[in-house]
Amino acid sequence: MEEPALVKARGLTKRFGDMAAVDAVDFDVRTGEAFGFLGPNGAGKSSTMRMIGAVSPITAGELSVFGLDPERDGAVIRSRIGVVPQQDNLDEEIPVDENLLIYGRYFGLARSELWPRIEELLSFAELTDRAHDKVSSLSGGMKRRLTIARALINEPQLLLLDEPTTGLDPQARHLLWDRLYRLKQRGVTLIITTHFMDEAEQLCDRLVVMDKGKIVAEGSPRSLIEKFSTKEVIEVRFPVGVQETLADRLDGIAKRVEILPDRVLLYTDDGEATTHEVHSSGLEPESMLDRRSTLEDVFLRLTGRTLID
Amino acid sequence: MAGVETLRVVETHARAYRRIWRGSVITTFLNPILYLAAMGIGLGVLVDEGTGRQALEGVTYLTFLAPGLLAASTMQTGAGDGAWPVMVGIKWQRHYEAILSTPVAVRDLVAGHLLWVVVRLFMVTVIFGFVMVMFDATGVAGAIRAVIPAMVTGLAFAAPVTAFTAWTEDHTGLTNLFRFGIVPMFLFSGTFFPITQLPGWTHPLAYATPLWHGVEMTRAWSLGLDPTLPPVVHFGYLTLWIVGGWIAANRLLAKRMVN
Repeated sequence: MEEPALVKARGLTKRFGDMAAVDAVDFDVRTGEAFGFLGPNGAGKSSTMRMIGAVSPITAGELSVFGLDPERDGAVIRSRIGVVPQQDNLDEEIPVDENLLIYGRYFGLARSELWPRIEELLSFAELTDRAHDKVSSLSGGMKRRLTIARALINEPQLLLLDEPTTGLDPQARHLLWDRLYRLKQRGVTLIITTHFMDEAEQLCDRLVVMDKGKIVAEGSPRSLIEKFSTKEVIEVRFPVGVQETLADRLDGIAKRVEILPDRVLLYTDDGEATTHEVHSSGLEPESMLDRRSTLEDVFLRLTGRTLID
Repeated sequence: MAGVETLRVVETHARAYRRIWRGSVITTFLNPILYLAAMGIGLGVLVDEGTGRQALEGVTYLTFLAPGLLAASTMQTGAGDGAWPVMVGIKWQRHYEAILSTPVAVRDLVAGHLLWVVVRLFMVTVIFGFVMVMFDATGVAGAIRAVIPAMVTGLAFAAPVTAFTAWTEDHTGLTNLFRFGIVPMFLFSGTFFPITQLPGWTHPLAYATPLWHGVEMTRAWSLGLDPTLPPVVHFGYLTLWIVGGWIAANRLLAKRMVN
């Protein structure tokens, strides 16, 4: 018996005027998993998240969260989820700990209950020594961690993270990923949108690839890569101006050849053999990089475009 | 209308205010002191020595001016609080978005915001009344009788300006509202001189402004006179702006934030 879905969408649609931001998508998010929406900006990820978060009415289709209808039971749904929006929306003028207190009060939690929880969350977010500082004095990574801590103040069963690490430096991203992984281990269900394929691979058990409001593929990162890409990819770069003249000579050299403005991707199951073949065919690339396939390659295959334009 | 969520919104306003209350109280004191000293006493001497008395129903200019200025102050507090903090919440700091991700709904947010404005208007009115008495512009009873009409006046601006802020894109709209709406009203709605001093064709314009009705009521009750129209008309008109503004604020903020 499969567990009933925590979030269930059928034909879910969001239109703004004539434009369908989300176009009849189906998906299920199961309890305890980390579920991702991967896609470029404008794919409809944030609109989907806002509908799940019961702050954006659906235009058509069906959506249930905890088995509840967001339209009718929005306040109940919102009381059981945590939201980390794309742009930080902390109260900059008040201290770190009071941001958490105030937010907890919106959920109707008692101060006596909140203070110990705030202490715990500040330590989780590594912000204990900044507790009394104004939010405006925090770094980008710290604000992001505070936003996540704030989203946890009501001990949510479901955490919605919209582009959680956009704009952070690598170190701050890894710290954040670590915190999210810990939450997942505690049994919190995570829904994450991202346009970073490494983030999706790191964090998500299962994901859907979105493009132009539609879901174009669904599965675990591994299975998507297996299904839509090869084991290895060779990135070939030529000196400026040379690629155009040589690219057609790469035809048939690998299982699939993808020509991008700045490089050529050779999809192959045997990187060494393909590398050898490039050399023996007399081509003289500036550089060649043999790497494993990623979700970026899956997206390129499915949409013909790269994730970050 | 007002549930427990509304009170939580008020609570957070109060918590944020705790950090700035000193500066705010000093400004609230200073404002009427400066105006009453400059206009009430400085300019008032000239008015009282001239032909002013007949136009002012026999009271000194200071006594005439003080309650009008009180109503104009609550207008400015109400309009200001309906404008800048709301735009901060919607756009500049976006914390309205954060609040609406909790069980708090738009109607709670609006009601809590307006309830907090009522608290602020009470503070402004009490401090202003204190200064009025200090300047001997009125007695304690006169200051107390001014509280209700002055607060109603402030709210008649807070509610529609909140709606306007929810609708307008950015600070340009707010600046224009003050430049072309609030400031002219401040000058020409009977605060500094009776509107009968203006040409007759301008009178209907003054009657249309909520401030004129607010000034009429605040001055009449404070001085123990009869207002131009029956109180039910003045208060009724102000209530129309409060209720209309409140409903519009709910709709426009929902349209902007929950879409």
